[in-house]
Amino acid sequence: MAFYVVQFLTGLASAASLFLVASGLSIIFGVTRIVNFAHGAFYMVGAYIAFTLTDRLSGAFGFWGGIVVAALAVALIGVLVEMVLLRRIYHAPELFQLLATFGLTLMVEDLVVLIWGPDDLLGRRAPGFKGAVDFFGQNIPSYDLFLIVLGPVVLGILWLLFQRTRWGVLVRAATQDRDMVAALGVNQKWLFTSVFAVGVFLAALGGALQIPRDAVHHAMDLRIIVEVFVVVVIGGLGSIVGAFVAAVLVSELNAFGILIFPKISIILVFLVMAVVLIVRPWGLFGRPEAPARRTPGLTVNPWRPLTSNERLASLAALGVAAALPLFAGNYALTVGSEIAIFVIFAVSLHFLMAVGGLASFGHAAYFGLGAYGVAFLAKMAGLPMIVCLLLGPLLGCLGAAVFGFFAVQLSGVYFAMLTLAFAQIVWSIAFQWVSVTGGDNGILGVWPEKWAASPSHFYWLALGVATLVTIALRIAVFSPFGYALRATRDSALRSEAIGINVKRMQWTAFVIAGTTAGIGGALFAYLKGSVFPDNLGISLSVDALVMVLLGGVETVSGAVIGAIVYKALNIWLVSQTDLSKLVLGAFIVLIVVVFPKGIVGMLEMLAQRRKGSSPPGSTLLAKPIGPAE
Amino acid sequence: MRAKNYFVGAAFALLVGGMASSVRAQEIKIGEINSYSLLPAFTEPYRKGWQLAVEEINAAGGINGKKLVVISKDDGGKPADAQTAANELVSSEGVAMLAGTFLSNIGLAVSDFANQKKVFFLAAEPLTDAVTWSKGNKYTFRLRPSNYMQAAMLVEAAAKLPAKRWATIAPNYEYGQSAVAVFKKLMSEKRPDIQWVDEQWPPQGKIDAGPVVQAVAQANPEAILNVTFGADLVKLVREGNTRGLFKDRAVVSFLTGEPEYLDPLKDETPEGWIVTGYPWYSIKTPEHDAFLKAYQAKYNDYPRLGSIVGYQTIKSAAAILAKAGSTDPEKLIAAAEGLSVGSPFGETTFRKIDHQSTLGAFVGKTALKDGKGVMVESSYKKGADYLPSDAEVEKLRPKD
Repeated sequence: MAFYVVQFLTGLASAASLFLVASGLSIIFGVTRIVNFAHGAFYMVGAYIAFTLTDRLSGAFGFWGGIVVAALAVALIGVLVEMVLLRRIYHAPELFQLLATFGLTLMVEDLVVLIWGPDDLLGRRAPGFKGAVDFFGQNIPSYDLFLIVLGPVVLGILWLLFQRTRWGVLVRAATQDRDMVAALGVNQKWLFTSVFAVGVFLAALGGALQIPRDAVHHAMDLRIIVEVFVVVVIGGLGSIVGAFVAAVLVSELNAFGILIFPKISIILVFLVMAVVLIVRPWGLFGRPEAPARRTPGLTVNPWRPLTSNERLASLAALGVAAALPLFAGNYALTVGSEIAIFVIFAVSLHFLMAVGGLASFGHAAYFGLGAYGVAFLAKMAGLPMIVCLLLGPLLGCLGAAVFGFFAVQLSGVYFAMLTLAFAQIVWSIAFQWVSVTGGDNGILGVWPEKWAASPSHFYWLALGVATLVTIALRIAVFSPFGYALRATRDSALRSEAIGINVKRMQWTAFVIAGTTAGIGGALFAYLKGSVFPDNLGISLSVDALVMVLLGGVETVSGAVIGAIVYKALNIWLVSQTDLSKLVLGAFIVLIVVVFPKGIVGMLEMLAQRRKGSSPPGSTLLAKPIGPAE
Repeated sequence: MRAKNYFVGAAFALLVGGMASSVRAQEIKIGEINSYSLLPAFTEPYRKGWQLAVEEINAAGGINGKKLVVISKDDGGKPADAQTAANELVSSEGVAMLAGTFLSNIGLAVSDFANQKKVFFLAAEPLTDAVTWSKGNKYTFRLRPSNYMQAAMLVEAAAKLPAKRWATIAPNYEYGQSAVAVFKKLMSEKRPDIQWVDEQWPPQGKIDAGPVVQAVAQANPEAILNVTFGADLVKLVREGNTRGLFKDRAVVSFLTGEPEYLDPLKDETPEGWIVTGYPWYSIKTPEHDAFLKAYQAKYNDYPRLGSIVGYQTIKSAAAILAKAGSTDPEKLIAAAEGLSVGSPFGETTFRKIDHQSTLGAFVGKTALKDGKGVMVESSYKKGADYLPSDAEVEKLRPKD
């Protein structure tokens, strides 16, 4: 019995650490609607600074003082980030801020190694909380007890702050309806800055408090960020109490789950999230979002098919791309193939995001399913390459049909997080089911047949498929189906009123996008000759999001440019410098500031301005899949 | 007059061009890939190690008179990116061979690439047995002692323990799974009386150490096998120390004696764990002394195991290239099979049968000295002594 009590308390201690970080994220999202990808980075920097301070300052005062000062210092950095970077882009399309915070995260990961060195660092133990307390023969670390108390205390302080101060009233009001708060004359700038500071303070405090029981290292951010997002979503966005309950739920399920299924940890939080979101679409304590009042910026710049001049220009660009094998070497061609495949992947997500208004955080699942589909067919059934390429993506289609059905019942960030949960579930199956998928060692030897084996042939194949896919999706955009889908995106209520079955439209779009991603994945399997669970992983999903946002989510096919720029730059930087993350992150931040509508979105806007009052012109060249150099 | 100038210019250009290409012809390139940005704690010392090797080789006249150049790429910890890098090295840089990699899945991806493109590949670090056995191929060789070998070395010491109730803690991915599987198999062969009472599989890099430690303690094992490393190990050790998990229990642990993983534990290093590792401070052989002196002189820092791996990878590669006298992959394979190379740990051989090097590892016990973790009572285990019989290897490895 004593054991179960101790296990429960241990779970509570884990929950307290999780809650501190999650509460900050929840507050920030509730008010500013920023999906703060950099929250984990702030957590990590908090731990690093606390490590340095507590190492230099001696005594109990030095330790606790160091922890608090570290959290305050990081909060200050947070304020700077908000004022210098985020303020510029609050009016950018939804999720664009994700791109900025993603860029920051990349930079921080390299910076901490530059500043603190590559080794794992061992922080001091907390003075007064070094040992353990005996509980009927079981040991409970006294620091755990401290955390168990701290969690509810922080919850209480936040509750008082929100319920008893004017600032708290404003924050709650903004969480519920920020347009209304702005209309009532509240200075949003400072409200947002202060909220961001509080959120970052909590993240950094959470990180700093880990140093007595963890190692400080440069991958801490990745370890926590996704889990924290999940906790926030399970609890209900913007709900502090929800975040607390969710943190306890997840931690306790893990603490007791491992007694029965020792391998459960790897997937547990995502399973919980999937179940919670299917049963309660707005999380445990969340409330349904009010229907959006504004239609997206698209109404300003209506989409239209390419003019004949633009078609010719696109064709010319395609011609140049197709001529690449005449002058480029094998390496450039292979990189070209990879870029073409990522164009397919990016346009498939772009279709879902830009046309359907559904941002998926787990799009890699369908890409990876396509790749695994090919690998199964080629390795187990021994089918020829053409057949594999045609049938492989069907696995992506199947996955999208099943998961999409559940996902489209939700909207906004909840939709995004449910897609993430499904992607992680698929990933963990690929990871764990060693006898079929080979686990993380993957499936090897999926090489193309002779006719496609040479780099130039494979490049033409990838380019051809990418072109067809892009054209097909454009046709879909301007088909009656595309119009209906755009109607559901701009106003679900109105489109329902005129008889459009919104869910079915969205589901169809999801399946189309998933199948298309599967086509990309199928080609990718042959390009690399192998399939790994990585092909389904979070980082690939994030890559796709970045490509779409970089191109411009309000454009018809901006993702094409986004994919080319991001992938080419990424490959080039990784090859040229060990600090590729720092440079790539800085580049993304710069793009965010200079092109707040994405690259293509910004070019379109400029072109429109130059033309004055004439109809908006698209400078989008649909398919220039350029050389990699 | 003018025409003459043109002629002189053209002749000069030809001359310069010719010189440049003759310089290039005097070079031999090795393409090296590793997870520099993902695992800097291991790869920084590793890089220093191979840079030292390159310097020594070129100071001694290069490879058959040609200068050795190593072109190094980061794979970011992703198999797909490692293949992109491998492709660049082979197609654009024209390297004679590939070397490096840390993670098992990346090692396998590059090995499959090498097999497909017919390029020689010397895997440095990946430990999975698959690299040389179940997914082995004729183009791939591996330097470090594999999972099987390290498990066999530890089992030798572990089987002498009186403990009968064992629990395991290992990261939930291929490395952890196969380490536990091999250890269990070899251990149960030597000690049929052993019971396996609990196993914990925390996700790699994401251990929730408190509940894991508590769960293992609840099963009340007499001994524990640990396979976690890096930040997970730090968390596990800290929780285990506070909760008294390691008190009066034997612990056998993979890799924990390597400075990369032992040093961060500082004064919390648990004492008496049986570990594999690299006690650079207590190895007293002429080969190692020479390496240690050169390393410390160049970097003013002590070597980690990564330094040895990096150094020996390039030394081995150079020896293979020198013996082959060619960059033709078939000749490189012929040269490498059965080749003996000196190393800071003594002589090693690349076995013909499975392309595994016989580089060994040190097995010893952890101890605390001046607030730092060290390995004591350590002894070098030759890799050749801990490999299964040739007949068994034949069965494990697909025919080329």
